[in-house]
Formats: sequence, C-alpha cells, structure tokens
Amino acid sequence: MSETKRKKHVRWVEEPELGFWESTFVPAIMQGLKTTLKHVVDRKPVTQQFPEVKPELPLHYRGVHRLNRDEQDRVKCVACMMCATACPARCITIEAQAAPPEWPDRDKFPKSFVLDELRCIYCGMCEEACPVDAIELTHIYDLTGESRSDLMYDREKLLGVFDRTKNDPRDPVRTGRGKLGPASEFVQLPAVGPATTVPVSDRSAKSETAGVIRTTGREGQQ
Amino acid sequence: MATVTINGKDVEIGSNERLNCIQAASKAGVEIPAYCWHPALSVVASCRMCLVEVGDKKPDGTVAMQPKLVPGCQTPVKDGTVIIADSQKVRDARKATLEYLLLNHPLDCPTCDQAGECYLQDYSFNYGRGYSRLNEPKNIKPDKDYIGDQITLFTDRCIMCTRCVRFTREVSGSAELQVVSRGSHEEIDIFPGHPVNNPLAGNVVDLCPVGALCSKDFLYQQRVWWLKSTNSVCQGCSTGCSVTVDQNEDKVYRLKPRVNELAQGHFMCDEGRFGWKYTHSEERLTVPQIRSNGHTTSQAWEDVLASVRSSLQKAATGRQKLAAVLSPWMTVEEAWLLAVCIRSLSPQAVLAVGPVRVTGADEHFPKDLRGHVIEPVKFTIRAEKCPNRAGVQAVVAHFMDELMPFEELLRLASSGQFSAVYLTGGDPQGWISEMQAEAFSDVETVIVQDFLPSPVLQHATHILPSGTFVEREGIVVNHRGLAQLIRRAVRGPDGSRPDSRILWELSGRSGLFQPEALRAEIAAAVPALAALTNPALKTTGVLLETAQQTTV
Repeated sequence: MSETKRKKHVRWVEEPELGFWESTFVPAIMQGLKTTLKHVVDRKPVTQQFPEVKPELPLHYRGVHRLNRDEQDRVKCVACMMCATACPARCITIEAQAAPPEWPDRDKFPKSFVLDELRCIYCGMCEEACPVDAIELTHIYDLTGESRSDLMYDREKLLGVFDRTKNDPRDPVRTGRGKLGPASEFVQLPAVGPATTVPVSDRSAKSETAGVIRTTGREGQQ
Repeated sequence: MATVTINGKDVEIGSNERLNCIQAASKAGVEIPAYCWHPALSVVASCRMCLVEVGDKKPDGTVAMQPKLVPGCQTPVKDGTVIIADSQKVRDARKATLEYLLLNHPLDCPTCDQAGECYLQDYSFNYGRGYSRLNEPKNIKPDKDYIGDQITLFTDRCIMCTRCVRFTREVSGSAELQVVSRGSHEEIDIFPGHPVNNPLAGNVVDLCPVGALCSKDFLYQQRVWWLKSTNSVCQGCSTGCSVTVDQNEDKVYRLKPRVNELAQGHFMCDEGRFGWKYTHSEERLTVPQIRSNGHTTSQAWEDVLASVRSSLQKAATGRQKLAAVLSPWMTVEEAWLLAVCIRSLSPQAVLAVGPVRVTGADEHFPKDLRGHVIEPVKFTIRAEKCPNRAGVQAVVAHFMDELMPFEELLRLASSGQFSAVYLTGGDPQGWISEMQAEAFSDVETVIVQDFLPSPVLQHATHILPSGTFVEREGIVVNHRGLAQLIRRAVRGPDGSRPDSRILWELSGRSGLFQPEALRAEIAAAVPALAALTNPALKTTGVLLETAQQTTV
C-alpha cells in the first residue's frame, strides 16, 4: 500500500502529554480506591436475585400466549386462522369445527389449537391479527417443560394460561373490539360521505337524515 | 369485422361472435365487474355491478352516448359500439352498488370460507368505497344447512345474484332452488323436502360469487390462501372434465372445475368433485412386496424392481408368452413405457386393455323432474367410468394387430398360456373380481402395480404400490379424443411411487421420468398420438382426430 493511500484511510493521533499530577498517578489511584471503598461500605447487591425476586418487566413484554374465554367461558377464538396466517414462524396449527347449534353467535370454533412455544419467536403478530382478541401474549416468560411435546401448547393449556393470568394487573384482557372486529361495529362507524358526487346545490346534499350526504368536499377522494 | 371501442381502445370482434359488453371488454383487457352474469347461464342483469356507459359511433364519426348507465351483461355489442367503463359516473355507480350489496352482508370475512376468493372482497377492494353509511342494524337471516347433502347456505352472506337458482333451472334442470320473499327479505331457499341433491349440485358452490353457498365437504378445512392449485383432469368418467386440484402440504382438499370448452365447459359432477377421497385412503398400498414360497415379504424398491426385471427376462426366454394388462386408468406415457418395456423383452408379448367399467348409460343434463333430457344438452356424465380408455387403446393398437378383450386374456391366462403377466390397476372401485383373479392363480409370475388392494393381490408374486392421479403426470384422452395433461399435485404416501417412475426405472431408462421427451417419442412413433407435442396440451388440451376415429 502506498504512503498516500495509507494517509487517506488512517488518521494518526498523538497521545496527549501528561501533566504534573497525572504523571504522579495519585489522582487516578484515589479515584480507583474511592470505588473500592464504596463497594466495601455499600452492601446492596447489584445482581438480580432471580428466582427469589422476579424482574420488573415492561408492560409491553411479550411472553407465553393465552387463549381468552368469553363471558360464557367458551373459547373466544373463532378459528379464522388469521394468526396462523400472520405467524412468521408458522407455529400455530388450528383445526376448525362447525359451532354447535346452541352457539348462534358464531359459525365455527377451534377443534384443536396447537401453538408450538419452542418454535414461536414471540413477535406478537398473532395478537395483532386476531379479529376477536382471542389470542394474547402474557407476561409469563419462565417457560419450562420436560420434553418438546410439553411445550406444544394445546387449546386447554392456552386456556389454562388465561385462567392463571386474567386477574394479573400486568395482563389485563385487552379486548376493545366487538365480536368480529371494528368492521362489524356499525354503530361506531361515522356517517361519512355521500354515495355519489353531488353538487352542493343539490337537494340531497342538504338532507339531515343520518348517513346521507353531509359534505360534498369529502367525496373528492376515490 | 366489427370494431368495438372500450375505454378509447379499439378491439376487433369476429363477425359470428355474439358478445355482451363484459366479454368484449375482457377481449380488450378491461375488467367489468359482475356478480349475476355467468357465461354459462342466462342473463338477468340484477346485480347492477356491470353498469357502464354505452354509445354508438355514427357513420360521420360522432359518438352518441346513451344518457343512462346500462348493464353491460345485457347489452350486446355491434360494430361501432362505444363502451366507457372507467368514467367517474361508472365508478360512482359501482361504489353505490357495492354499498347496497353490502348493506345486509355480515362482513364476517375472518370466519367465511370464501374469504380470499370472494368477489365481494375483490370488487370492494378494487371498486368499492371502503366504508358503509348504514346506521341501522343489519338484517341477519338464519343459516340453512339443510339446502343439500353437500351444500350449506349462509343466508346472511347472500347478495341475491341468483346464479345458483339459474343453474338448477338451466343446467341441472332440477330447479330445487328459488328466491322466496321480496325486497330486503329476499332469500334463497328450497322447496320443503326437496334438497339440492342432483348429480351436479356441487357446482352451485363454485358459482356463488360470495360465501353464501359452501361445500360441507370443504367447510372450515383450510383457508383458501393456503391452497396450491394444480391443473389436472377428473378421473371419474370419460368426459374428462378439466379441473384444478387444490392441495396443501401433500393433502388434497378439493377439486374444482376449470373452464375448458373443449372438454366439459364450466362445470363438473359431484361424483368427480368428491370422488378423489381414495387418494388418502388408509388402505393404500405402501410397501413393495415379493412373494416367495407362498408368503409375501416387504422389500426395498430396488430389490423388488430387480426381481421383477429378472422374472420378466426369465419368462421372456421361456416357451410361454408374456402378457401385460394396460389399465384404462394409466396415462398415455405410462401405457407406452409398459408396452415398450414388455415388447422389447418379448416381441410376441400380449398386450390388452384392462377392464373398462361401464355403469348405466350416459346421463345428460339438463333433465326435468321426470328424467326427460331437455335439449340442448349442457353437461354429460359418461357411463364409461375411466379417464383414458382411448389413449391406452391407441397405444395398444400400435403394438397389437387387434385389440384383445380382457376376458380373452383371462381365458388364455387360466389355460396356462402365460408365464408372466404384468397387471396394472388404478380403478379405485376395484377392477377385478375374485373369480377373474382366479385366472392368474397358476401363472408363474404375476406382477401387480396398483394403489389399492384387490383380489388379484393374493396371486401376485410382486406388488408394486403406485400412485393415484394427483401424484402423477401424463396425458389422458377423453371420450371424444381430447388429450389433456394431468399434473402432479402432491407426493404420494411413503413407499409408493408414481407409475411413471416405476415403469421408467423398469424399462432401464436413466435419470428421472421425463414426460416431455417421452411425449415426443410417442408422437413420432404413433401417428394417432402425433398431436402430443402440441403446446396447447398444457392449457386446453388437443383433439386427436385420428384417435377419435379408432375409438368411437
């Protein structure tokens, strides 16, 4: 490598000159002794005393999943398989079954719901995708099992996690959605925009009926 | 030549073509959305989704547009017709139409089986508004799961396009379905005690553009975006309907008809639609076996194939003859491989076409309630219940001077004429009876290549577990000599091998099974099958005119 090229890439820095006190090393020794003495006096441990003391986890921590129950204690999941579709690790396997006739509010439910906790990467996509807030990630992080099959969480196990965590203040049931997500909440949807582009002078544009023609400006967008 | 202008683009239509605006637009590459219109059904123009602006080009070059939007499905085009399908007026009309169609629609896409292949979703995404202004509660009607043995109706999802009603009236002729009530209370329903159980009933599920009519067989089995489709041909009868095989992770979930005017049109029968279940049968043969000293032992494929080869060679040198039964369920390629293999061992070997199962008579549709066929016939279920008799016969006819009936071969076998026979099965309903199988009891070498157990297995010296039609690739020739390609959709169960692979290895060819090369070889050797190199084989199939003459 030529001399000019080296100059381009490498910047040479000169060591700063030591002053009088620095050259005696006394301040540095004192600084070091101060830290040592502080530790002699201060007996508070800095390591986390796990498992006697549990760590403080942030509220958005994503741990073991749970399957929520609805008001009638049925599994809330409607087996739409959106979570299995969204899952980047492909750890969710669902088998759907037609709902019994005594459940008029839904078409199907999960006959089996198996979540491979070992394969899961705890990204929370399933929670995002769920249209009925049935699957949620809890604060449980210390997941143990004696075999791989122990950590294949089936429907009952996931419902068990719900029963364990539903009263934990850190794992509130975050359900804010209706039966089938925001699209089914007709009442909350604002009445916006006319059906077709209508001039402001049009009689229909002045109608006060709910859901009809409020503005003409908003329907410029397509 | 007539010229039609669509969105300012000229498109030529043939002088004999009778097209509506939707068809003319699709020629120009413009999609006009429509729900109620279907090319195989009559026009009702009830969904109003295809509203377009239509006008006429006058001889002096001026264009006179009609003042109102007209339904494109109901408006025939002629020379000089001008269609505008992308104006603001048209787009506004589509938005309004979709909003109306969705008024009572429950929007339960997550739990709906149609989601992913739903025209309501597609059109809402492409042409819709994205919000509803309905403040009132939706009119939710109870589901009807008694519509048919195979069909369930989610009444609330229905948009009243009446495709299903018209299908049962015009194609199946049975007219079970109808619209009851009017206005917002309209519903599809059956007459009490007359469910939709006609032999074509499954088609209403395909016809339904939304998730209202669902197949009970497929209901909740899979989400459709997980399915991978492969083009294939139904094996149920010699009509040879073009189908797609939908599978996921080596499991077939459904068969759907693929539009092919040369083969069957738009539809398929329920017998074919639900007739693939044997593919995943528990009884499938999965281990190659050799019988020695009276009892069979399972062995590795290589050993069994080597034993088959040596037994055949030994038999070929003897005084008695070699024989092979080519099942009409084989593809042309497989039949060719087997015929060439047997004939190269012994030029006097006997080749015969396996038993062709014929059940009743051809069933034509539409058929009225008394069973009278109404002309014109729109769909036919053939009595001949095998997919490739014509193709296999063409191969056998190339090698044999005259076709030997299967009974004749059985007679020769029981009289001890053969030292070795190579039998191919493939009929999932069984192709040989206990009594017929007796004919092979004294034959020294009986090689059986099949995927389901049959009575002949007890006399077999070699059992080669083969594949069903979803596991193999090749050509089948239907009743009118239409050669169509079936493609491999799934891998078979462990231990079984597709017939083509077994025969490819048995005939000592190197490498993997090469259907294209084989087709070229067959086309060069057999004039009746010369069309097999035609590239149209991969889409609609090719009519073998000569094959037609020899088989009809």
